[in-house]
Amino acid sequence: MKLTLNGQNETLENETLTIEELLKIKDVKMPEMVTVEHNGEILDRAAFATTAVKEGDTLEFLYFMGGGSH
Amino acid sequence: MNLTENQIERYSRHIILQDIGGVGQEKILNSKVLIIGTGGLGAPAALYLAAAGVGTIGLVDGDVVDISNLQRQVIHFTPDIGVLKVESAKAKINQINPDVIVKTYAEFFTADNALVILKDYDFVIDGTDNFPAKFLINDACVMAKKPFSHGGILRFAGQTLTHTPGHACYRCVFNSPPPANAVPTCSQAGVLGAIAGMLGTIQAAEALKFITGVGELLVDRMLIFDAKSMNFRTVKLKKNPSCPLCGDTPKITSLIDYEQAVCDLKKG
Repeated sequence: MKLTLNGQNETLENETLTIEELLKIKDVKMPEMVTVEHNGEILDRAAFATTAVKEGDTLEFLYFMGGGSH
Repeated sequence: MNLTENQIERYSRHIILQDIGGVGQEKILNSKVLIIGTGGLGAPAALYLAAAGVGTIGLVDGDVVDISNLQRQVIHFTPDIGVLKVESAKAKINQINPDVIVKTYAEFFTADNALVILKDYDFVIDGTDNFPAKFLINDACVMAKKPFSHGGILRFAGQTLTHTPGHACYRCVFNSPPPANAVPTCSQAGVLGAIAGMLGTIQAAEALKFITGVGELLVDRMLIFDAKSMNFRTVKLKKNPSCPLCGDTPKITSLIDYEQAVCDLKKG
């Protein structure tokens, strides 16, 4: 399927896919450090395993970033 | 308030900007900005806001300058090692621009002091390095209806968003702090010093845009950049109906001091 991930067009071999599976395919080692925006909506972390990614979807992986003061 | 001749000269490069002019510069001179964390992000933000003539700059930081800070915290100099960061920063601001009143808070931002400190300021810059502080700043600013700039940096990357009342907040995106063991510590992860300057100056620009009403803020958007590829992007955001703070059924009604994440170089 084709999707837009972090602003880039991607073509994946998978025909069906959940958010959780996509995070694995994309080698996101610490999914707890990522928020996923799926077609403009921020997903509940609990829904990663059950939310299906569909052809043409737009996804953003938004990472926690600290940094600054110390 | 009328600009003096000296001020007209000092701020001439602002004043000749059509969008700012004398009126905008007066707004800057009358503004009050709070910078929480006088480190990697707060240092460049403070330097530019001081040079710009922000009338009152508040600095919150309970820490002292450490030698490992000097790689990126450009408001602190080698002789400042061991000095309170807020005092070191205040001394530089006074030298850059005597127009600026500096208020120092030599303490960390906590659920107890947050709302009292925020009260007098027009705009807040989050220059902290840890998630408990970032969530506290978000929560306090949303509750007090204060606009603020969130900033985060890691390795070669940075992210920033601006919140104004009624728009997406940090919790709309990041529901709650990450588990402490999932957070790479500053000393483990590292950061390219210049990244802090890039992000801190973006935060300063957002503060000046807010004060002068110029342009479009990073509201309902998150700017993300990666200095390795030097790609900058903005991701559209919107208020999240399930946000625990500002959503349809808020669960958070008072300020929370989360346990401090492991991000202390002196213990690293």
